[in-house]
Amino acid sequence: MSVRRLHDKQPDSFAFTPENMDWAATQIAKYPEGRQASAVLPLLWQAQKQGGGWLSEPAIRCVADMLDMPYMRALEVATFYSMFNLSPVGKYFVQLCGTTPCWLRGADDLKAVCRRQIGERGDISEDGKLSWIEVECLGACVNAPMVQINDDFYEDLTADTFERLLEDLRHGRNVMTGPQNGRQASAPEGGPTVLKGDM
Amino acid sequence: MLRDEDRIFTNIYGFHGADLVAAKSRGDWDNTADLIKKGRDWVIDEVKNSGLRGRGGAGFPTGLKWSFMPKENDGRPHYLVVNADESEPGTCKDRDIMRHEPHKLLEGCLLAGFAMGAHACYIYVRGEFVREREALQRAVDEAYADGLLGKDAAGSGWAYDIYVHHGAGAYICGEETALIESLEGKKGMPRLKPPFPANVGLYGCPTTVNNVESIAVAPTICRRGASWFAGLGREGNTGTKLFCISGHVNRPCNVEEEMGIPLKELLEKHAGGVRGGWDNLLAVIPGGSSVPLLPKEICDTVLMDFDSLKDVQSGLGTAGVIVMDKSTDVVKAIARISHFYKHESCGQCTPCREGTGWMWRVMERLAAGRAQPREIDMLLQVTKQIEGHTICALGDAAAWAVQGLIRHFRPVIEARLEQSQTAEAAE
Repeated sequence: MSVRRLHDKQPDSFAFTPENMDWAATQIAKYPEGRQASAVLPLLWQAQKQGGGWLSEPAIRCVADMLDMPYMRALEVATFYSMFNLSPVGKYFVQLCGTTPCWLRGADDLKAVCRRQIGERGDISEDGKLSWIEVECLGACVNAPMVQINDDFYEDLTADTFERLLEDLRHGRNVMTGPQNGRQASAPEGGPTVLKGDM
Repeated sequence: MLRDEDRIFTNIYGFHGADLVAAKSRGDWDNTADLIKKGRDWVIDEVKNSGLRGRGGAGFPTGLKWSFMPKENDGRPHYLVVNADESEPGTCKDRDIMRHEPHKLLEGCLLAGFAMGAHACYIYVRGEFVREREALQRAVDEAYADGLLGKDAAGSGWAYDIYVHHGAGAYICGEETALIESLEGKKGMPRLKPPFPANVGLYGCPTTVNNVESIAVAPTICRRGASWFAGLGREGNTGTKLFCISGHVNRPCNVEEEMGIPLKELLEKHAGGVRGGWDNLLAVIPGGSSVPLLPKEICDTVLMDFDSLKDVQSGLGTAGVIVMDKSTDVVKAIARISHFYKHESCGQCTPCREGTGWMWRVMERLAAGRAQPREIDMLLQVTKQIEGHTICALGDAAAWAVQGLIRHFRPVIEARLEQSQTAEAAE
């Protein structure tokens, strides 16, 4: 468990864009009638996206109203799930996996890069472009060490490739997602040991 | 080594397309209606006779689990819920199925759902897997457009819908009842059982929750026959399994292998061996962070299946194999796992909420050498007070990681404490 509180500075209001309202309707339609609360995670997630990467109190209330949930229930959900950022983040939000499989392969080196390039955990860089936190296992262990930046995974990193990646993002250059060492997904480096024929 | 023709996931690395046309060329969705026409009991019996045990960690027989669903419909809908909330440290196999073999999963959903009388299925994908979720949704859309899902799924006469849902970063939602709570729009806190989900699950209706891999292998089992699957591995531990090999090996990878492959062979054949050679091995966590680690002496000979690993007081878990060579500070490695459980405890049960934090703090002090030798036994005793005293297995898993360390590496911890005390005395 960790302590998660709402940010001290909150916007006055929140409303979904018309496109997001339409999208929300398609999500709510996935669940049986009267079970619309099931859509709370997808809607909060979309609210976070629209809000620039973090979830404000008015956004939580807006989602609760849309789903006919008591505010407290929606607030409870927003504070329970760690992917909801309750305070602002950088334009590129780095989630650095620090759990044992990544740690064994150099996650600490990546943390040092973050400290050098961005600042302490949770800090937003001066240009507003980058912020970072350490998270628990992101589920790409055979491509460790890795980070998630916004919606994408960047895998098989070294301090050098990670440093370059952050620089590239900061300067708006194109970057490659996935393994950074030329590997194909989760196949061993240098090519697979199985399924080498024509399948 | 498993022969290529016995591999189920022939596109696990994504060298070929994940789309429907490519999937069909690999044999997916081939006359699914014929399998369904053989009837509900036939599907369940095939899966039972194949010996398939759940691939999500607990290893419960899959066919038996399906058979727990009520035979008659009492008016409540039945649900299949697929647990794609893959977050066990060391595990990244379901991710590959979703992004590279999504149609195997979807076809499995139809067969499994049909076998349990369900017309609807929710796939709960972990929140961080944004791209995997998109890949899966693309596959769902393709399947609907091709008539493989919907009112007359694959021409079988069975109406079937699949919905992709997602979480938001809570490991605990991998526990089946926490996942159901989360899917209902609540905090992911495990439910007290009974009632079991097969009677009272999602929205109070009969529900079965299965891991992605368990569901995705079902179509191939039905097609090639239970005896084919049961002929791989050994009794009680049959079939093929996706292994995830991470940590200190030369070439970390995922690979599908036969159940019961020796650990040493698995690492050497597929992952390029341990960094610095086999003799440089310190320990292996064989099945994700929730199972106790094994020292090298055991790794020399142990087989990778449920019962072999249980016999050495560990487990196959999710088959997330985390390798540590001799350069590893094993106390710190386990302390990091303790931090994981402290972070992921949902807070519902006191022994887990308080205990995981307590264990982590002591583990950090042990790692730093700032503890008294008697605290090792105290820590062990606390793990016993957490184990078995919580609603779900998260508390147990947190306790087992620490117990495994003390069982096999107690002298390492003691030496560290002694060293730092001597250093202190010298100052």
